[in-house]
Amino acid sequence: MLTATVIVLASFLYVGLLFAIARYGDKRADAGRSIIANPYIYTLSLAVYCTSWTFYGSVGRAATSGIGFLPIYLGPTLMAALWWYVLVKIIRISKANRITSIADFIGSRYGKSQLLGGLVTIIAVLGIVPYIALQLKAISTSFSIILKYPEVVMPNQEGASLFLGDNTFYIAMLLAAFTILFGTRHLDATERHEGLVAAIAFESVVKLLAFIAVGLFVTFGMYNGFEDLFDRAHARPDLNGLLMLGGASGNYVAWASLTFVSMLAIMFLPRQFQVAVVENVDERHVAKALWLFPLYLLAINIFVLPIALGGLLHFPGGRVDADTFVLTLPMSEQQPLLALLAFIGGLSAATGMVIVETIALSTMVCNDLLMPALLRWKWLRLTERRDLSALLLGIRRGAIVVILVLGYLYFYLAGEAYALVSIGLISFTAVAQFAPAIIGGIYWKGGTRLGAVWGLSAGFTVWVYTLLLPSFAKSGWLPITFLAEGIFGSELLRPQNLFGLGGLDEITHCIFWSLLLNIGCYIGMSLARPPGAAEHSQATLFVDALKHTSAAGSQFWRGSASMHDLLELLGRFVGPDRAREALNAHALERRLAGLEDLPADAALVHHVESLLAGAIGSASARIMVASVVEEEPLRLDEVLAIIDEASQALAHSRELEHKSRALESATNELRAANRRLQELDRLKDDFIATVTHELRTPLTSIRAFSEILHDNPDLDTAQRAKFLNVVIRESERLTRLINQVLDLAKIESGNAEWRTTEIDLREVIEDAVTSLSQLFRENGVALSVDASGPLPPLVADRDRLLQVLLNLLSNAVKFCAERDGRVSVRARDTPSGLRVDVTDNGTGISAQDQALIFEKFRQSGDTLTQKPAGSGLGLAISRQIIEHFGGRLWVSSSAGNGATFSFTLPTEVGGLAQTAPGGELSRTG
Amino acid sequence: MIRSSLKGQRLIALFLLGCLLLNYPLISLFAGAARIAGIPLLYAYVFFAWAVLIALMAVVVGRRSE
Repeated sequence: MLTATVIVLASFLYVGLLFAIARYGDKRADAGRSIIANPYIYTLSLAVYCTSWTFYGSVGRAATSGIGFLPIYLGPTLMAALWWYVLVKIIRISKANRITSIADFIGSRYGKSQLLGGLVTIIAVLGIVPYIALQLKAISTSFSIILKYPEVVMPNQEGASLFLGDNTFYIAMLLAAFTILFGTRHLDATERHEGLVAAIAFESVVKLLAFIAVGLFVTFGMYNGFEDLFDRAHARPDLNGLLMLGGASGNYVAWASLTFVSMLAIMFLPRQFQVAVVENVDERHVAKALWLFPLYLLAINIFVLPIALGGLLHFPGGRVDADTFVLTLPMSEQQPLLALLAFIGGLSAATGMVIVETIALSTMVCNDLLMPALLRWKWLRLTERRDLSALLLGIRRGAIVVILVLGYLYFYLAGEAYALVSIGLISFTAVAQFAPAIIGGIYWKGGTRLGAVWGLSAGFTVWVYTLLLPSFAKSGWLPITFLAEGIFGSELLRPQNLFGLGGLDEITHCIFWSLLLNIGCYIGMSLARPPGAAEHSQATLFVDALKHTSAAGSQFWRGSASMHDLLELLGRFVGPDRAREALNAHALERRLAGLEDLPADAALVHHVESLLAGAIGSASARIMVASVVEEEPLRLDEVLAIIDEASQALAHSRELEHKSRALESATNELRAANRRLQELDRLKDDFIATVTHELRTPLTSIRAFSEILHDNPDLDTAQRAKFLNVVIRESERLTRLINQVLDLAKIESGNAEWRTTEIDLREVIEDAVTSLSQLFRENGVALSVDASGPLPPLVADRDRLLQVLLNLLSNAVKFCAERDGRVSVRARDTPSGLRVDVTDNGTGISAQDQALIFEKFRQSGDTLTQKPAGSGLGLAISRQIIEHFGGRLWVSSSAGNGATFSFTLPTEVGGLAQTAPGGELSRTG
Repeated sequence: MIRSSLKGQRLIALFLLGCLLLNYPLISLFAGAARIAGIPLLYAYVFFAWAVLIALMAVVVGRRSE
């Protein structure tokens, strides 16, 4: 039933399905409802990493080296953990600069260098050719084998003639046709192919399912599970070695170097760059893909060793090539459908790789190799052609065909000598040469064009000499003596024992020498000469990509341009309508009405150049833009000045931010101060109202008694004397009040006079007690003084201090108990200064009054029912005096238990100096 | 945004852990002929370490950024 017709029909149906999916994907993209804008499709498209190398080759590798096939998948897993930094940065840079290929990336980084872009393109094409040959070999072999179903016969390529007589050639041409139809139907400014990505994702599902289906069949259908399979392999001494990693250290070195090479390959293979960077819809997808993609790799590898063991057990004696076990095992078990599924799976693995890889390569060949060269040839007058898009498409299609023909030639010349994996590794080692230029380029500003050119050339030369040429020699296309003797018959130059280095497998050998020279030249030549202006500006853009906004870049251009020329230029490559559309969008972004309002400034030139770069690559775009605008090249010092300016601007903006924060806090302080002022204003009003009230009371009384005396001259003497006494007393009270108000005002305003001298506190207390002794006797209050301890001398105003003590003592007399009143004065030296307590045994002061009595005109008790016994200013003045000398005055009391007024005064001169500014001190006397 | 620095640092730590687990000399500890549940120890170890690494990456990335 599995006739050639069925197989070919199934293959074409499968490819037709791919086209349908791609078509649907494109349609959805045009409608703005992308089907690929999610991390799962992104992950599946990354799985284009798994080609027929994985599908067929891993089994072949496992059949000879056991677990040695795995580093190729462990490397990408490790690299995925670094994607968070590396891949995201590359994506950000590529989006900002409209970079569409790895050649464009490297060329653009090193000053939009055409030389580097071209060099990278050549390395990529030559390096990838063996890899494409691998896919051709896989398809052609699997096709020949399945055609013979149900017999298992290895195809014999020996008799085939080149090109037309060979099936493989037709397969290559069919693949070229598919790729052209898939990837170059129209020219897109972004080089994104949504439909293609959808088809690739579908292919990834097909190959995974097909491989797992075969794995399940072999493990559980042909044998009784893993254990049975391993038991049988264990019993065979020749297979036993596959289950361990050999003891020789060479195995571990190969293991590590393959892991390393595949880490680089997952980043720098042109097709991986295409799907991971260029086709990336949203950089947030990377987050999920960085663990989903390794999971895919894990899944597709679980059954590799079981299939390999199953094949070795089933086909003893090496009769069947291990690379074909995935297909031949179902065939030998008479499973036509499974065999067909395996064939389709292998086909999908190979086609996915070939399509994406050749599209990526053809874009490079067109944008970075041919276009810059063609545009340079003045006699072609290309820069004046009206419409170049047809030419661009033609170049790309031609490039696709040429690349596949090269792949076919490599397959024809060298393919037979190698297993699939070995061919693939040759390509991996080639793309590893891009690593220093790219990784160095995005993290080290010092990397220069010269360094990159030298590094790439050196690495590539070593690769050609130690890996590519030997692969030709081994297949007989070059004399085999080349391997043993090297060129010029020199022992030291033997290609796979370079300078006598032996004991390594050829991949490790090549990767060591090529990367050694590559990195050495890159760093050495970068440091040898200072970079040019363009290199410097691009280096800054790339290395600081995560700091800049997308508008950066235009600052490095100076010149004059015309809007009309730029629009026409863009139209020639992307079509006039799309050009107008793009510039209109740009105008809206800059908040202008339309493209007519756009000034032909640096920002516009930069925007047009980046749009063009998307279509024709950055190097070609640079030439085209330069052909329609007048530009003044910036000198290196100017570029450095701009970079410096930018960093200064950054510093300025930080400073500004800082200042505005300071301003804000100052505003808050001012607001608080204003509130305080308003409060003080209110207090002042209250004070004046109170003072006026207090003055009016004695005045009213004086006036009333004076009027009585005036109106009644015939009053008797006793009465008259009594009234006059009232007038005198009230006048005295008035005088005292006014004196105190003036006193307080002076102290508060700082205009009071202070006669500061060294005084003895004990003396002052004695004076106060003496002058009030009459008052104590009159009121029958007992006074005790305790000032026996040592009291160091004080620096203060003696009269003021006396005033405070008199005030406290007279208050104590006033408020102490009516009968059996006692007042005690206690003075002592404490760590916080001299302390004086004046205690009475009166009614005490309630907690709420304690805070109030130090305010002006406040007295304890109810002033409405009790006669005020003072001016209400004494305590306020006392507190001001004590605080002036750096001390503290407070009260402690509880209602009913008397009150203690205490103050402390610092004895040290320092304490005084702090609170009494020199100006006031000097005014003494 | 994607640039939560703690996540990035954790991923770098996982990268280093992976380099350690899946390379000489640790891997040589499992390279013998022993078998675990019928599966060769080396094979079981590599796949187990690989799976653990992927799981840890998923956990690190999936955590809400703090």
